[in-house]
Amino acid sequence: MTEMTNTFTLDGKEIPFREGETIMAAATAAGVYIPHLCHRPGFKPHGSCKLCTVNIDGRPSAACTHLAAAGMRVESETEALNADRRALTQMLFVEGNHICPSCEKSGNCQLQAVAYHLGMSTPHFTHFYPARDVDASHPDVLLDRNRCILCELCVRASRDVDGKNVFGIGGRGIRSRLIVNAASGRLADTGLAVTDRAVAVCPTGALLRKRDGFSVPIGERRYDRHTISDVTTETEEERPRHD
Amino acid sequence: MPVSLETAADPENLKRVVIEPVSRVEGHGKVTLLLDADDRVRQARLHIVEFRGFEKFIQGRPYWEVPVLVQRLCGICPVSHHLAASKALDIIVGARALTPTAEKMRRLMHMGQILQSHALHFFHLASPDLLFGFEADVAERNIAHLAAVAPEVAKKGVLLRKYGQEIIRHTAGKRIHGTGSVPGGVNKNLSRAERASLLGEIDAIIAWSREAVDIVKRLFAENARLYETFGRFESGRLSLVRADGALDLYDGGLRATDAAGATLFDHADYQRYYELIHEEVKPWSYMKFPFLVERGAEAGWYRVGPLARVVHCDFIPTELAETERRALLDFDGGGALSAPLGYHWARMIEMLHAAEGIRELLLDNDLSGDDLLAGGERQLRGVGIIEAPRGTLIHHYRINEDEQIVSANLIVSTTHNNRAMNEAVCQVARQYFDGRELTEGLLNHIEIAIRAFDPCLSCATHALGKMPLELELRDAAGRRIGGLRRET
Repeated sequence: MTEMTNTFTLDGKEIPFREGETIMAAATAAGVYIPHLCHRPGFKPHGSCKLCTVNIDGRPSAACTHLAAAGMRVESETEALNADRRALTQMLFVEGNHICPSCEKSGNCQLQAVAYHLGMSTPHFTHFYPARDVDASHPDVLLDRNRCILCELCVRASRDVDGKNVFGIGGRGIRSRLIVNAASGRLADTGLAVTDRAVAVCPTGALLRKRDGFSVPIGERRYDRHTISDVTTETEEERPRHD
Repeated sequence: MPVSLETAADPENLKRVVIEPVSRVEGHGKVTLLLDADDRVRQARLHIVEFRGFEKFIQGRPYWEVPVLVQRLCGICPVSHHLAASKALDIIVGARALTPTAEKMRRLMHMGQILQSHALHFFHLASPDLLFGFEADVAERNIAHLAAVAPEVAKKGVLLRKYGQEIIRHTAGKRIHGTGSVPGGVNKNLSRAERASLLGEIDAIIAWSREAVDIVKRLFAENARLYETFGRFESGRLSLVRADGALDLYDGGLRATDAAGATLFDHADYQRYYELIHEEVKPWSYMKFPFLVERGAEAGWYRVGPLARVVHCDFIPTELAETERRALLDFDGGGALSAPLGYHWARMIEMLHAAEGIRELLLDNDLSGDDLLAGGERQLRGVGIIEAPRGTLIHHYRINEDEQIVSANLIVSTTHNNRAMNEAVCQVARQYFDGRELTEGLLNHIEIAIRAFDPCLSCATHALGKMPLELELRDAAGRRIGGLRRET
């Protein structure tokens, strides 16, 4: 194993890293949280949600894609960066239909937890209220595009972990949407299995195991027990609790 | 027999008095009175002007989301919608019978709901009228003044509600809009420590509930003529009853009686409620008018809620409440049983029953069991009915093969009481208004009659694709000079 002799500073704290490691990976290994949505440990960086944008020696860049270098001075927890992150999160909320009060992912949802973490108390922007489809055709998985934030975690998981290529992003700009790899366009006609990583990896309630619903009581949900800034629990919500 | 006051023959030439909003009720409504040149009431209507769209916008949602989604209908008794939806979905997931733990957890949640809602209504909303007088200074007819002049009464009211909310928090996960009940059962039990903690306060809750019954009983005894005749009307009744005829607020069969008390149907299976109850739409209200099919739209209306239930049941299965029920039945030869203000008495008896029921349940070890869910063969439709604080609550859902809701029908307690409330408004208008100069205190009489039913107007509005709208243009003298009416 490469010895970690190199360090950079993150908000003044010395963070050791290995050669080729991103700022995000090194920070996570050191137990430091940088807000993010499209990143997940173990997955190829995507750099699309921009929540993890940090200032590296004064220049903004995504922590999940930027490789750490010795002597870097990285700022993350600044008022200005958190204001930008909050605005980005608010835009995600108004761009889709995220109705937390009736969403079964509430309390286990990374988007909701990030919003709370960033102190988002209102959507601020005007809601788009887009008309988006729900695909309930699969016997064990529900695809609710209302809650999709186009992070492509399911696309990457299906392609790189499950080896199935079930998901992709179709359309352009505001019309971008999650599509499935079947001539019929129906989830039921893909090779998706409920046990696929692509289902568990969804940070919102866009992909759900059917009938799980509200089986976990309030008080025992992931973000009832841990704050999102506790990076050691990052992938915990992927573990089924009621099998 | 006086003519109906619901619709005047010649509304164009009448003076219009509007009470808007109706205060100290849940939701938003208004009353309009049309008076002739001699200030005689020619038309009296309770309009519900909110719009509820839940039946439409839950279409396409997965069924397991529904018990949490639909409870957002209301912030006062969300548990009622949570449980009625869960019961309908029990049928859909094939859980004809729940596990003992699940059934008792839900019953406890419901008892907490009855307790908190009844306490809220009586102490916070209705008691200022009854304790300070119907025409008392408007600045005094509120809970703040009650707290100032009778702090012990107000405090007990607040604490009763708080205890009910605590029961809900322990069973549903949150005081308002929890998630405890799920299709086929519940998602948590109650630990022995939680039970012990709640039991620590229950004796005081029962004692205070008895005092609350005594308050209403004393008011009736001291003002028997006023309380018995105020807004009085005769009507049929509808409620659930247990198989043995006992009061059961969580489950049972439907019992309907006519105004004379004759049974129209009894222990009817509510899965087929739609063969017994239909709804009529009127262009001037978003709230529909249900009626018993057997009697038709004009004669088949009825009342629901505490007074209907307490009169309807053969007995209340808790000792103290049953004693109080008998006192209500016996009072002045049954004089309180058709009186709108009798609702307050029955409501407090039910609150006492809920307090006793909570104690009984908290002592039951089944609450701490681990078997939370039942299931069976999937069905495509299900009906759930409970007796909510305000009356019979019907939830009816159909799903498709992909487990999405394709249609829903909700008939809420206040909707069942629509005609009854309108009747009470007309009666009060007849009794108090004709020929008199209208004052704020006099108009409050109308609101007192409505409040007796504890209506939840936000839950009750319903249009099913129709958006009736009525606009009126009047000159400074109140003369109608133009108007626009849209009925679809």
